[in-house]
Amino acid sequence: MSGNNIDGIIEKYRGQPGSLIHALVEIQHENHWLPREVMHQVADALQVPFAQVIQIASFYKAFSLTPKGRHEVHVCTGMTCHLRGAAKLQAKVEEVTGLKDGETDAENRFTFETGACLGSCSIGPELIVDGKHYGRMTPEKVEAVLKQYE
Amino acid sequence: MPKLQSAAELEKFRAEILAKRDPAKPCIAVCAGAACDGMDSAAVAAAFVAEADKLAAKLGDKIEIRTTGCHGYCEKGPNVVVTPGDICYFEVQPADVTEIITATLKGEVVERLVYQDPKSGAKAVHMNEVPFYKHQTRLLIGDNPKIDPMRIDDYLAVGGYSALVKALTTMTPDQVLDEVKKANLRGRGGGGFPAGSKWETTKNAPEKTKYVIVNGHEGESAAFMDRAMLTGNPHKILEGLIIGAYAIGAQKGFMYTRHDMPRLEKHVRAALAQAKEYGLLGTNILGSGFDFECELHFDVGIFVSGESSALMRSIEGNAPEPRPKYIRTSVSGIWDKPSNLNNVETWANVPQIINNGADWFTSIGSEKSKGTKLISLSGNVVNSGIVEVPMGTPLRTLVFDIGGGVRDGKTLKAIHFGGAMGGSIPADLIDAPLDFDGMSKLGAPIGAGGLLLMDEDTDMIEVARYLMDFLVKESCGKCAPCREGMPQMLHILTNMTLGKGKPGDLERLEDIAEVTGAASLCALGKTSPDPLKSMFRYFKPEYEARIVNPAGGSGDTK
Repeated sequence: MSGNNIDGIIEKYRGQPGSLIHALVEIQHENHWLPREVMHQVADALQVPFAQVIQIASFYKAFSLTPKGRHEVHVCTGMTCHLRGAAKLQAKVEEVTGLKDGETDAENRFTFETGACLGSCSIGPELIVDGKHYGRMTPEKVEAVLKQYE
Repeated sequence: MPKLQSAAELEKFRAEILAKRDPAKPCIAVCAGAACDGMDSAAVAAAFVAEADKLAAKLGDKIEIRTTGCHGYCEKGPNVVVTPGDICYFEVQPADVTEIITATLKGEVVERLVYQDPKSGAKAVHMNEVPFYKHQTRLLIGDNPKIDPMRIDDYLAVGGYSALVKALTTMTPDQVLDEVKKANLRGRGGGGFPAGSKWETTKNAPEKTKYVIVNGHEGESAAFMDRAMLTGNPHKILEGLIIGAYAIGAQKGFMYTRHDMPRLEKHVRAALAQAKEYGLLGTNILGSGFDFECELHFDVGIFVSGESSALMRSIEGNAPEPRPKYIRTSVSGIWDKPSNLNNVETWANVPQIINNGADWFTSIGSEKSKGTKLISLSGNVVNSGIVEVPMGTPLRTLVFDIGGGVRDGKTLKAIHFGGAMGGSIPADLIDAPLDFDGMSKLGAPIGAGGLLLMDEDTDMIEVARYLMDFLVKESCGKCAPCREGMPQMLHILTNMTLGKGKPGDLERLEDIAEVTGAASLCALGKTSPDPLKSMFRYFKPEYEARIVNPAGGSGDTK
């Protein structure tokens, strides 16, 4: 965990209750999840009740309350991807990784999530690993792509 | 860069930028829109830059390489456009780069990379000859290939901020408002509500502090044009926003957009910083005495936060739960102050209305829907991408002339508009014009402008199930009709797709649909049964057949 950066983010928003979401977004981007003690620090620094921090953190899908794997694997389940076969792609990713939507494996290698819509519909269905897009994916190609990520 | 103190200084600066640019110097614009980026256009751009640098060492600076926002023809990315001449190259790979540069310097064309008609084999070299582009009127997105979104100077070079200058120096706020009202600019986010009336409500609201907001949340599935505009030409939207704030009397603006697109964030942040540096944001903008600031906010991943009152709660730092709107957000929005919210595309229309006048704007489009509309064309279509056509254009033009028809030689079964809260119409309504009111009457409101083609194999029950599943996951859960009604509909639809439909299911669906639509708090729940209603209107025999023969579906998905 990059503790210094998190402290920096919290310091930046100290005393600004209205910036709660900004602070949590930055910590999420930096750390990929929100540990409970960090949320306590945020509550203290921004002077908002801890319950409100938890409300926001659990409500918005972008926040994770559990640690993520080293690699974040996404399958777009937007409508075009769906029409073009995203369900089969998702099934294959679930088979290869052994993970269901939202899960992380015991070795912390992958976190698998579905999401919609990522806006690159023209090249759907899509597999996205750590922000890198693999467009026009077929179930057959999944294993080869995921092998590159250890 | 010192702050520009007046309109005259801005125009002088613009003249200097243009004087430094030679229109005859070849420029290679590489698209970095979402789809092209997904096809690794970054590698293509890098190869162009490396090759141009090598060349510059030998011959001097002969060619410009520009990374731009979305060009539109996403299906054939990575896209490259060479000026002068707007020569379009498609599916360009890093290996093609040397050949393109060599040909460009000689004034030649790389024939093998230009558009070729899949049927006739005829080639099209220039943008205005490519079928995908030639039927369009690209007023909003047409500048994208000319602009590096990270450089405000590129926007100034195509006349950017001239509408702001005109508004601030020659028009009163009331005149700006009148022009937008006269133009009959209707909201592009889904409702089609007249932007001028909305502005006027906020303007007349009895509070001094007022806000203006760009809704760039774009959660509608298969709608991707707002992100393309905001990523590819952020200054255009910002200019519209500043002009709107001037007309309304707002001191602060918010750009609310998606958190999951790093490039979008980077471009918007840069645009805001550059506008501030140039004195187009901040205090006393261009010496006019008008002050305006703008902040960036993120949606943090839930569909309902695109709903206006929910969005405003989110900007305040709270959970995005909608509230009843017996008092409109334009009167009482963020921190209970009057807040005028418009969609990205609505704001993008403002500069050209100010520059060219309401009469010009109303000369484009249909009787009650003026101007152009950006459409995200996708689904089972040959040419997917972002399309801009005048309102009133027949769907046939969009689907066949521009879209190239249905993929894999299949037949068109349905056209779906408006994502999960839209509707599907059958193929025989293809001559209907693209029009807010007309499409709503047909049961497929334009929404934000996501148009999907569905081919003959599409299982309409599965489509309804898919859309309902999407909305169930996105509901905020505040009001019972939405929270409880949608899962019940989903349950029945899921059973039907699993071959477990039974007599009475359709009647029950209609019943729940009616109650959910009538009693939900916000538009998400209210319009959640809309796709289903359109299916019952046009595809009921397919639903009835599934009850009679539960196992008759083409499977859960394709």
